[in-house]
Amino acid sequence: MTEIEDANKLREKYLRDGMLPTIFCNGCGHGVSLDYVFWAIEELGLDMDKVAFASGIGCSSRIPGYINADGLHTTHGRALAFATGIKAANPDLNVIVFTGDGDGTGIGGNHFIHAARRNIDLTVILLNNFIYGMTGGQQAPTAPLGSIATTSPYGNIEGAFDICELAQALGAAYVARWPISYPYQPIKSIKEGLQNRGFSLIELMSPCPTAYGRRNRLGKIESLWDWYDDNTILTEEYEKIMAYGTGEEKELVKSKFKIGVFQNITKAGYFEEYEKVIDRLITRDDAAMAKREGSK
Amino acid sequence: MKFERDPERIRNVLGPKVQFIQGDMAVAYGGLLAGCSFFGGYPITPASEVAEGMARLLPRVKGTFIQMEDEIGSIAAVIGAAWGGAKSMTATSGPGFSLMMENYGYAIMTETPCVIANVQRTGPSTGQPTLGAQGDMMQVRWGSHGDMEAIALAPSTVQESLDLTIESFNLSEKYRHPVCLMTDGEVGHLREKVVIPDEEDMPLFERVPATVEKEKFIPFTNSQTRDSKVPDFPTFGTGYRTYVTGLTHNEKGFPATDKQPDHERLITRLVTKISDDREKLTMVEELELEDAEIAFVTYGASARPAESAVAMARQNGIKAGMLRMQLVWPFPRKNVYELSKKVNTIIVPEMNLGQIYHTIKEFSDQGCEVICAPKVGGEMHLPHELYRYLEAKK
Repeated sequence: MTEIEDANKLREKYLRDGMLPTIFCNGCGHGVSLDYVFWAIEELGLDMDKVAFASGIGCSSRIPGYINADGLHTTHGRALAFATGIKAANPDLNVIVFTGDGDGTGIGGNHFIHAARRNIDLTVILLNNFIYGMTGGQQAPTAPLGSIATTSPYGNIEGAFDICELAQALGAAYVARWPISYPYQPIKSIKEGLQNRGFSLIELMSPCPTAYGRRNRLGKIESLWDWYDDNTILTEEYEKIMAYGTGEEKELVKSKFKIGVFQNITKAGYFEEYEKVIDRLITRDDAAMAKREGSK
Repeated sequence: MKFERDPERIRNVLGPKVQFIQGDMAVAYGGLLAGCSFFGGYPITPASEVAEGMARLLPRVKGTFIQMEDEIGSIAAVIGAAWGGAKSMTATSGPGFSLMMENYGYAIMTETPCVIANVQRTGPSTGQPTLGAQGDMMQVRWGSHGDMEAIALAPSTVQESLDLTIESFNLSEKYRHPVCLMTDGEVGHLREKVVIPDEEDMPLFERVPATVEKEKFIPFTNSQTRDSKVPDFPTFGTGYRTYVTGLTHNEKGFPATDKQPDHERLITRLVTKISDDREKLTMVEELELEDAEIAFVTYGASARPAESAVAMARQNGIKAGMLRMQLVWPFPRKNVYELSKKVNTIIVPEMNLGQIYHTIKEFSDQGCEVICAPKVGGEMHLPHELYRYLEAKK
């Protein structure tokens, strides 16, 4: 457990000198998410010399810059592939990836699929604000049907990406989604993800009043928090209603975002498995070498 | 698990000292000998055999091989692995090389040591997948967006495919820059004799780690421990807590994108750390140039028929010679200029429509005639085809 009880002390401990102020707008959820990650790290007592961050391009990908730790700010959509390499070279490092809905599932979709499929031991914090915020507000793969963006000025006609559904289908070891308006659950999930031996995805619904909110009649800082309240449902609640609810109740929840912990499996991460392959080969080669030496 | 290069284990895994193998396999051998501990790749003809070789050999020296989902993921993983402390490489061909261009620029901007082998095939686009070419020679220099230098080597034989891969690793560590081994489908799939070098015959340049006190370390500026524009390397996990970004950054690594002088200062150092050493980096082989009046200037596979053409010419009383570039970028301006002052004509055989030809012409004396000898379509020049160029100037 931690001795720190004050968020300011927490920030003093973990923030990088000289990089503040952040680029985040008033009402942005990313700063809150950063606090949650700090709390999780603090509560687990991680050695920050052994934590490495990777991120792509976007507002969420700027977060590692504010953390006093090794960080690789990479190219758009590719953070998971870079992170796979960091982990391969030094599996003792705790590798944490920050990405966004566009970075992680738009351009980064393919890398997301394969990192999850391989069960690479990464903790992926995906901040979903339903928009491409950094570049001014273009449509994102998670944009709700009918929402407005600069590249969907007449309303989005595309189906929205359910990132957690995909991660579950790929067999990701840990999958959870929370809006940042819940304080303790994200911290708990981030901790569980960090402790999990495989691919852990924590999707955090994070408000973007500037790019998303403003264009979708949710421009006030509190509007998106209310919108999350009205449009999310705990996955256990959802299952209960689907099993036992009336037709009307089912209709009401069908279009809501499910939140909670969807998957929590214990299985060896990719590089743990690869280590076993190495051990097998080394044992075989050493035996062969010894035999040759013996017969000389 | 931290990787440690084990020369005895490496040689045990590689097998007999003298072998008969493909160029692609020799590249894998060279990587292993240099101490490569990570390979991230994707199948592509005619480079797949490099990945296959690494898949079999790397785990046996306690390294890690992973087939990534595409070439972009491959080069990304290679760069990540370098920051995790590994000597890392990938191998691809034209279409994959094109995909890698963005992250190639990222490696340059972040000063990440790594090796990219491009087993060139004809292009553009899918082209002739199984046939060799030299069509990416300008791409390696100019293919990524923005301003940068390039370090590119071109092997002409299977032995060189091994030796120059080791050299590629040395240069990538020395300059903290991605080095490209520009081989091709002909040399890549050719089988020739190769001799595995002994330890004392293959000096290695090891990565210079950051050793300055943590509070005093400045990650992206001249080395604080040596006279070099190349900073010491703060491997992730060693406590330096470095922020690495592809954004224009200041000496501390923090994004600094608003002011013109910041960008100019950074890019100037990234470029001059290499171009300052142009002559030190030069690697050329001279054939019969002492009394030459006409010479081939070439590299890679094209040097093989050129060498035969020189022999034919000498038999017929033509004073021909050849300057073979083993390192093509940074371009050996001095050697080419001095040659151009000496001979009347320079012939440039290339398996493309003329790429390095332009640079050779750029740095040749006005009085020397520089002739392009292109050949495309996946066939190497035949010696008598090149001989005709010499005969024409008799």
